[in-house]
Amino acid sequence: MAHFIDRRLNGKNKSAVNRQRFIRRNKAQIKKSVNDAITDRSVTDIDTGEQIVIPKRDLSEPFFHQGQGGLRERVHPGNDQFQRGDKIERPPSGQEGQDSGDGEASDSGEGNDEFSFEISRDEYLDLLFEDLELPNLEQKESSNIEENKVVRAGYSSVGLPNNINIIRSLRKSQARRIAMSGSKRRELRVLEQRLNELVALNSPNTSEIVQLQQDIEHLKQQIAKVPFIDDFDLQFNNYVSQPCPSSQAVMFCLMDVSGSMDQPTKDIAKRFYILLYLFLSRSYQKIEVVYIRHHTQAKEVDEQEFFYSQETGGTIVSSALKLMHSIQQSRYPAKQWNVYAAQASDGDNWADDTPLCHQLLSQSILPNMRYFSYIEITNRAHQSLWDAYHKLSEDQPQFAIKHIKEIADIYPVFRELFSKQHALKN
Amino acid sequence: MNQPNRLDEGSDWTFAKLESYHEKIKQVAQGYKLDTYPNQIEIITSEQMMDAYSSVGMPIGYSHWSYGKKFIQTQQGYHRGQMGLAYEIVINSNPCIAYLMEENSMTMQALVIAHACYGHNSFFKNNYLFTTWTDADSIIDYLVFAKKFISDCEEKHGIEAVESLIDSCHALMNLGVDRYKRPSKISMHDELLRQQEREDYLQSQVNDLWRTVPKTAQDDTLIKARFPTEPQENLLYFIEKNAPLLQPWQREVIRITRKISQYFYPQKQTQVMNEGWATFWHYTILNTLYDDGFVGDKFMLEFLHHHTNVVHQPAYNSPHYSGINPYALGFSMFIDIRRICEEPTEEDHHWFPEIAGSDWLETLHFACKNFKDESFISQYLSPHLMRQMKLFSVTDDSELNYILVDSIHNETGYRTIRENLAKQYNLSNLEPNVQVYDVQVDGDRSMTLRYYPHQSIPLGDSTEQMLKHLYRLWGFEVKLEQCEENGDIETLATCPKRS
Repeated sequence: MAHFIDRRLNGKNKSAVNRQRFIRRNKAQIKKSVNDAITDRSVTDIDTGEQIVIPKRDLSEPFFHQGQGGLRERVHPGNDQFQRGDKIERPPSGQEGQDSGDGEASDSGEGNDEFSFEISRDEYLDLLFEDLELPNLEQKESSNIEENKVVRAGYSSVGLPNNINIIRSLRKSQARRIAMSGSKRRELRVLEQRLNELVALNSPNTSEIVQLQQDIEHLKQQIAKVPFIDDFDLQFNNYVSQPCPSSQAVMFCLMDVSGSMDQPTKDIAKRFYILLYLFLSRSYQKIEVVYIRHHTQAKEVDEQEFFYSQETGGTIVSSALKLMHSIQQSRYPAKQWNVYAAQASDGDNWADDTPLCHQLLSQSILPNMRYFSYIEITNRAHQSLWDAYHKLSEDQPQFAIKHIKEIADIYPVFRELFSKQHALKN
Repeated sequence: MNQPNRLDEGSDWTFAKLESYHEKIKQVAQGYKLDTYPNQIEIITSEQMMDAYSSVGMPIGYSHWSYGKKFIQTQQGYHRGQMGLAYEIVINSNPCIAYLMEENSMTMQALVIAHACYGHNSFFKNNYLFTTWTDADSIIDYLVFAKKFISDCEEKHGIEAVESLIDSCHALMNLGVDRYKRPSKISMHDELLRQQEREDYLQSQVNDLWRTVPKTAQDDTLIKARFPTEPQENLLYFIEKNAPLLQPWQREVIRITRKISQYFYPQKQTQVMNEGWATFWHYTILNTLYDDGFVGDKFMLEFLHHHTNVVHQPAYNSPHYSGINPYALGFSMFIDIRRICEEPTEEDHHWFPEIAGSDWLETLHFACKNFKDESFISQYLSPHLMRQMKLFSVTDDSELNYILVDSIHNETGYRTIRENLAKQYNLSNLEPNVQVYDVQVDGDRSMTLRYYPHQSIPLGDSTEQMLKHLYRLWGFEVKLEQCEENGDIETLATCPKRS
């Protein structure tokens, strides 16, 4: 007899484990591919996965097989012209060898084909930010936290009807019914057995039979009186609200847009911001981004204007720092928000302004910050701003500065800034 | 014209329809004396089919990256439309598990049921290779055990260690099978008895006088006994039993891969027969259904369309040609055997005196039971079929700069073609013959393997990687030599590399 079984509802991801194994094994290759991709990736495109290309030879599963050469006899179908003794010119190499190894040989050959496949966005981000962690990621004290979330908390005997847990309720009801009717059932069985015996023996003792029948009837009624379900059987799913740590972050992007910053420099800065944004989005559910650009004056702008409008003039960095501080104080209180900032500049600053920047940062800004990173994008020698910041970074753990020369530096610098060791060192 | 016993011909399938078709197919199959395991037919989606594909048809497989790679390849091929999925997968187990895809039409499902659940199934149950080498009752349990064992090992010893071990085992899987039946194990009791007998015998030979005879100096020139005394073809078995440094769990993992390889070995040897047999039966069974009026023209046309696709054999010069299609060859041969039995010609009487005119069903069952591809072809390939397929045989000798047509489908060529075609399916000609030749038991424990070339075909270029895998398993130096027919020995490679 055959059985038909509908397996369609069974999980279809039986191979998910093996896929993970594959990615794990080829991590080095895939990571390289991911790192290469970040430089080519378009800025707005953060929601897709990535096409990964791996040279096929790294994936080979070798086995002993026969090579080219030697003497082979093959039978082919569809002869349309040959006679015995015909000599055929040897087809270009490879063709004869191909069908000799059951077609599997291609896998172990030196085929330079590339094996490409797609990884999902999550896998992409995991690989991209592997070994990185957010510095200074202390949980905020829960007293400061205003967010709550509802979580399951076992079962309770009181609750709303829509939260009734049917399985548990019926389980309790069954237990109660067994407990309340068990002894009576046992008695009933004894009586019934006795009755059957008497009937089977055709006993003349009719009075006992009648008595037994009455008792049995009485017991059955009593058993039937035990209710199927009772109030105290009911079990309800219990929910409590729990304070949860704040999962919102604000990211300040500060950029110098004075005449000395050209478009390529801005693009480099932009990539850095994107990486930071992607990275933060792994840890926080909600991220707000504030763009502040400045020359001699600072202004809060939208993304388009931030990256693509051209300005001229000198540079006063402290203006941006002041603006950032006031925005942060008024809109993003540090108790509720995780505050991050990234500043990009070519290092120019009005010399008299630098001490002011130092003072602003160390006294009012940094105490409210999770992390402040400064990248200087320039090919020239460092100027006063770098020196001042450098001093600052030595005594402020949440402040970091790095120097970027060209696009290819961005990702390594980023990794360096956020690597686990870096966090430990601090 | 509506016949009362006609089955519902709508192209969508339902479970009720599957049942009724299956019932009819089963009746017909039993009429043809097809002896099968009970069937377990499972309906799956295309995603699940891809899962089944990537685990090489095992319903339960241990985790390994190579299956992930296979899965990614299959998935991409399928999503880009480069390849279709098979309509069915069938597993040699008891009960026999067959997967049907939900996308199939009713006709396809009927074809697949006849093909897999009665064709392949009866072949699994009756062919001598399967009955000797595989154990359909326990394979599922064994796979469950294997999966559990390997995941336990991963927990204990780390994924890395297990994975690299399995890599090496997979590489050697083809050389991890026994090709000849070994004597069945005698029981512990018998073993003790024998040992006792040997001891008694030795004891009876003891004579104290011998001790007084002075010993001569030992003859050093005596040829040292080799270990193993005979070359061993089952590399995995040899390593499992003899590798000095392996942990017990590693030996067990080797054993698991070896067992799985052995389980699939008969399938490799009977591809033409197995597919031919299943194709012959779906063709015969569905035609019988049609003749008996259970299905109509519409059903038959769709069926024949699929059937002809399956048994299509492109000619050697067609761009679609990629060797001989096992479905086409096997199917034609079984049809041809039936023809020889039912309508033998003069030629058939001459070539097949034993089966010409005999009962076709009995002859077919006999063929199914007692042959593998190689012997099946050399026994039953008829001149009629060679003419029909226009077979010709070519010799490709790398010493010469041309390829020679040595036989075509004519009176002088029939025997050579048949012989050559049979050889083409002889696994021992296709897979390189590498054997364990010697192990330095007293010395550095290095292992020497020998490759015996078939018709001077050299080993492929994977040799060095393979030696690394062997080295990983063996733990000591591994050397590969090539042994020519004239006895010349040439060292191909060693691992670790000698400077």
